[in-house]
Amino acid sequence: MSELLDIISAKLKTQFGEGLKSAEMLYDFPVFVVDKKNIVNVLMLLKDDPELEFTFLTTLCGLHFPDNKGEEFGIMYQLHNMKNNWRIRIKTFMPDGDMDMPTVTHLWPTANWMERQEYDFFGFNFINHPDLKRILNMDEMNYFPMRKEYPLEDAGRDDKSDKMFGR
Amino acid sequence: MTTTKDISTTQEAEKQYNILNLGPTHPATHGIFQNVLKMDGEIIMHAEPTIGYIHRAFEKLAEHRPYNQITPITDRLNYCSSPINNMGWHMTVEKLIGCNVPKRAEYMRVIIMELSRIADHVICTTIIGQDTGATTGFLYFFQMREKIYEIYEEICGARLTTNIGRIGGMERDFSQTAWDKLNIFLKEFPEFLSEFQKLVERNRIFMDRTIDCGPITGERALAYGFTGPNLRAAGVDYDVRVANPYCSYGDFDFDIPIGQNGDTYDRFMVRIQEMWESIRIIRQALEKMPSGDFHADVPEFYLPPKEDVYSKMEALIFHFKIVMGETDIPKGEVYHSVEGGNGELGYYLMSDGGRTPYRLHFRRPCFIYYQAYPEMITGGLLSDAILTMSSLNVIAGELDA
Repeated sequence: MSELLDIISAKLKTQFGEGLKSAEMLYDFPVFVVDKKNIVNVLMLLKDDPELEFTFLTTLCGLHFPDNKGEEFGIMYQLHNMKNNWRIRIKTFMPDGDMDMPTVTHLWPTANWMERQEYDFFGFNFINHPDLKRILNMDEMNYFPMRKEYPLEDAGRDDKSDKMFGR
Repeated sequence: MTTTKDISTTQEAEKQYNILNLGPTHPATHGIFQNVLKMDGEIIMHAEPTIGYIHRAFEKLAEHRPYNQITPITDRLNYCSSPINNMGWHMTVEKLIGCNVPKRAEYMRVIIMELSRIADHVICTTIIGQDTGATTGFLYFFQMREKIYEIYEEICGARLTTNIGRIGGMERDFSQTAWDKLNIFLKEFPEFLSEFQKLVERNRIFMDRTIDCGPITGERALAYGFTGPNLRAAGVDYDVRVANPYCSYGDFDFDIPIGQNGDTYDRFMVRIQEMWESIRIIRQALEKMPSGDFHADVPEFYLPPKEDVYSKMEALIFHFKIVMGETDIPKGEVYHSVEGGNGELGYYLMSDGGRTPYRLHFRRPCFIYYQAYPEMITGGLLSDAILTMSSLNVIAGELDA
């Protein structure tokens, strides 16, 4: 799997230069961080390159790190090359307040609901998405519940307080 | 001369469509699904699915629970085969903490997972029969699910939402009753299955009803992220058990049945054949069942026996730490997927070292493939839409998380 990491990072480096921010193995997965303006081109290259052929989008999901200034929000794409059974993960980060993201629905129709779900949870604004609206929560909801600033339970409760146990 | 518009013809040209609300609660959709259908007589012109009726915010809930308390959440994803979800979650955590599970525990897990795959497919295949009018097969074959639930009950005490197994292995060894029930099941089930097959498979009414009903090509299925039996019915032989063997699946000899047309009949047949393969796997696991421990030696995660907690200091400390969520968890992120009843069920777990996951994302096969539903039913009959839905085996719990 680490050979795969080298092959792909070499390819991304020649194509995008500084656009590839990092490449590392996390457990059994090659993980690449690319900057937001290149994300669609990177995914297109991975999908269409005859040597790579990552044609299957396994999943995508939003990430929120409120303490990483300038890179508060992120999206993780997980791709699969079924022929060689390669799996990789691509991440991209963006600052809070600039939640515009290019859509990938034209590459994979399956991204449609996945992106709607992440819009629903985190508020990513997927540009050119065919039908960007809430999917699991009700339309009247006026906040994005998966963001870290929304606690799950009533803040007045003491019995599950983090200061007592662990985080 | 001024031309006058012929009003009568323009009115005729403007077609009248009906809007039909299929669901949210409709007996034929087997769950809470709403589809707003634009109908031209009996033909569906456009469909708009609305989901989220039983959304329970699992991803948010999981961020506030210690790892062992997340297992009951996973039960409620695909509640027709909850043991597979439980095992998938345990294996994800085991991957994160780098824990090697003994062979015996893995074989026991394989038996339970294959039983639940059978239970899942029993539901789906009989429901396809039920929706085509073959109620007898449904009522008759459904007894087998009860037998499987009795085995679950003997192993873990629960039937539907099982919370079966623990991080690091199984909670306890199978009792003698469990082995006996399993052996009786292996004797009875093939008879029931072949009888059900005889009732339905070559039945003219059933075939006319299901062949070419709601088809999808392999290419479209892949583009829509299909996995599991629905993808295999379209002719793509992708199975997580073979592609990324987990839990010793590499030790067993089994085939992956595939279909050709991706229609309701193929989806039905793939599931029937998979039940035969599951039986084959269970038989091999029983034959080759290794001796040894039924859980790994990970005292930080696996609860000690209660007698030890009362009598030994170390066991008491570990017990306290596990229950109060004081165990150190490594930092990192893992993805682990298992072949669920409906396809690749994936867990993307991100840990920052705290007692709860920093982020847990479920790759839920139902959620992903249900978005192809409008494409599959548009241009077809309303009655075919019902059958297509039941053959996709969309489980509301997994759809809405």
